Amino acid sequence: MAGQGRGRGRTQFNFNVDALGFGRGDALPTATHTPSPLFPPMQFRPVPLHTGEEVEYMLALKQELRASSKNLPFHIRAARTKKDVARYSDKYQTKEQKDNTIEWSPDWSRFPKELCIKVQKARKSSGKIQPKLKSENNSIQRRGSSKTRGTLEKKEEEQHSEEEEDEKKKKNDEQEEEDPDVDQDFEEEELEDETDYIMSYFDNGEDFGGDSDDNMDEAVY
Amino acid sequence: MTAQEVRLCGLLLQEHFGDVVEKVGTHLIRCGVLTLRALAHETKLPLDLVKKSVCVLVQHGMCGFGPGRRGPAGPVEYHVNCEHILHMLRYPRYIYTAKSLYGDTGELIVEEILQRGQMTMSNTIRTVADRLTHNMPEGQTMDYSEVVTAFSRLVETHFLQRCPPSESSSGSGDLPQAMKQPSDPESHPDCKGKRRRLSDDGEMDQRAAKKAKKDNNECADEGIYWQVNFERFHLHFRDQAIVGAVSCKLDQTSSEIVRTMLRMSEVTTPATAACTQALSANEIFRALPSTYNIERPILDQYLALLVDDPMEFVGKAGDSGGGMFGSRSARIFRLLLRKRHLEQKQVEDFAMVPAKEAKEMLYTLLSENLVQLQEIPKTPDHAPSRTFYLYTVNQLPTARLLLQHCYKTVGNLIERRQFETKENKQKSQRIEAILASLQATEADATQLAEVEEMITAPERQQLESLRHHINKLDSSENQVDESIFLLESYVNSTQTSR
Repeated sequence: MAGQGRGRGRTQFNFNVDALGFGRGDALPTATHTPSPLFPPMQFRPVPLHTGEEVEYMLALKQELRASSKNLPFHIRAARTKKDVARYSDKYQTKEQKDNTIEWSPDWSRFPKELCIKVQKARKSSGKIQPKLKSENNSIQRRGSSKTRGTLEKKEEEQHSEEEEDEKKKKNDEQEEEDPDVDQDFEEEELEDETDYIMSYFDNGEDFGGDSDDNMDEAVY
Repeated sequence: MTAQEVRLCGLLLQEHFGDVVEKVGTHLIRCGVLTLRALAHETKLPLDLVKKSVCVLVQHGMCGFGPGRRGPAGPVEYHVNCEHILHMLRYPRYIYTAKSLYGDTGELIVEEILQRGQMTMSNTIRTVADRLTHNMPEGQTMDYSEVVTAFSRLVETHFLQRCPPSESSSGSGDLPQAMKQPSDPESHPDCKGKRRRLSDDGEMDQRAAKKAKKDNNECADEGIYWQVNFERFHLHFRDQAIVGAVSCKLDQTSSEIVRTMLRMSEVTTPATAACTQALSANEIFRALPSTYNIERPILDQYLALLVDDPMEFVGKAGDSGGGMFGSRSARIFRLLLRKRHLEQKQVEDFAMVPAKEAKEMLYTLLSENLVQLQEIPKTPDHAPSRTFYLYTVNQLPTARLLLQHCYKTVGNLIERRQFETKENKQKSQRIEAILASLQATEADATQLAEVEEMITAPERQQLESLRHHINKLDSSENQVDESIFLLESYVNSTQTSR
């Protein structure tokens, strides 16, 4: 820039400053260390905006788009955490967006499978789906084993998502939700050690001798 | 991505899709490429919300996914396409263009597809027909075939394109490029005309028949999604800008000539070519619209004129000097653009600006990096007293700088608008609360009306001025976006030709 020598690192100005237009001894502005401020001061008024039918129309379009995009299912709001005590009636009230439901149905065949959120609607049989070995955080992922199954599932989801939501259906949903949970746990445990026996039922007899030593006097009923 | 671009992307995502998507999106932009778990972990959001957000972004084409670093067996990695997010600024312009070219039907089609990211043809047609029917007088229904025609024409002229076929979920294989389908209306599936109640239309195939449920108009095009082809719209805008510039510089007739030339080269020239294919004067003459009675010799004269014009037609470096620095600085800037290199003294003379002012302005432009100083030594030792100092403008870096300024401007405009809305929301909420409480106490109609008038008299003015401000800010956003488009085109085309 103006005041820097070419790689010599000297700060004094030993050239003819008149050639650049400012006199000797004039205060030079300090070098900028930071990006310019967010709203830099303006000395001149800006040129007036265009007006006209086209401009008005585009303005209206823009505002309309903005307003309508808030109503689309793509506008995602985090589910509000309950601030109050959990109540029994919550189960029967229509909820706002839950975190683990998706309000629109994308074409899952075009998306990576890991993005699929479990959408619990009344299922005919829960045995169709094989759960993953590991469950991630709080969500339970379901993996359709083939694409046709995936599309059939999708059909079912669509079918149910288009029905009116009423409380009974919500109840069903939650019952269904609990069932696969239980199934999941069972299957998880089974798969842990790959044995035929459920591990929690196994009693390896270590406690047997210790207990009986203490209470020989009492009869065992 | 630069800081200003990231900021602007964040604001746009927040406006359209909410805070959650904004958080996820901006984080992904900053990190480049991430897996889903890393994204959830770093943003500290629940995994489900992150999944939903990524779904939204993928649906709109703003996020892509592919096999990760560990290959197809590893987790999928996601990255953001920032340009797509910035295109959201231009949605009104796309819709307006579609309206001017293809009428209300075209406008609604483009609007639906823009809002939903990608859609099947049948879905689009159905939704648009419903909307049009809604707006029509009672008893009339929109004929599907009209909508189908409009859709087909949009596809033929490449304003709509097919989405690339889905990659397999494990991410193996290359991501195919977006395909532009040949302009063959027969190639996309047929959709029935008027709405029918029966599901056994002869032309549906078995797959569709299996899926026929409530929705009896199921068409055989599941899995074929269409999206808006932004590049094509940009070409159109570019042509418009060129024609506009020519008509400003020369006159209406020459702009018509240029428009004809551009239209003829639409199909022969690839989009990013620096200049169109050579067209003979005969071809141009034949292609001119008949409304302009241009004689052959006059055409030749015009062509000669256009050729001699030193202005570059494809994009120009920004002319920002006028706004921030005054019109005289603009004059100096333009002068430097044209003459490339000038000395201090020459600047004064050519710009017809007094010496002192010229120096000040040059120095201001210099400190803003719009103008550079070039040294030309006369002697090997670069002695300052014997060196020429020339002012010059480097177009490409200057254009980039101005582009960043534009992004910053739009970000500022959006933030200001949000601030205004938020401030006045409280006021308008108060008014509504008063009205609601009045209604609760069952005041009768006249009392309500009185109170309403009383309350809102001073505040009505405030609301009016708020509306006025917001309109102005919105309008400014649209117009700054026009500059953004010009600068972006310039930067992109200059870069590719180097």
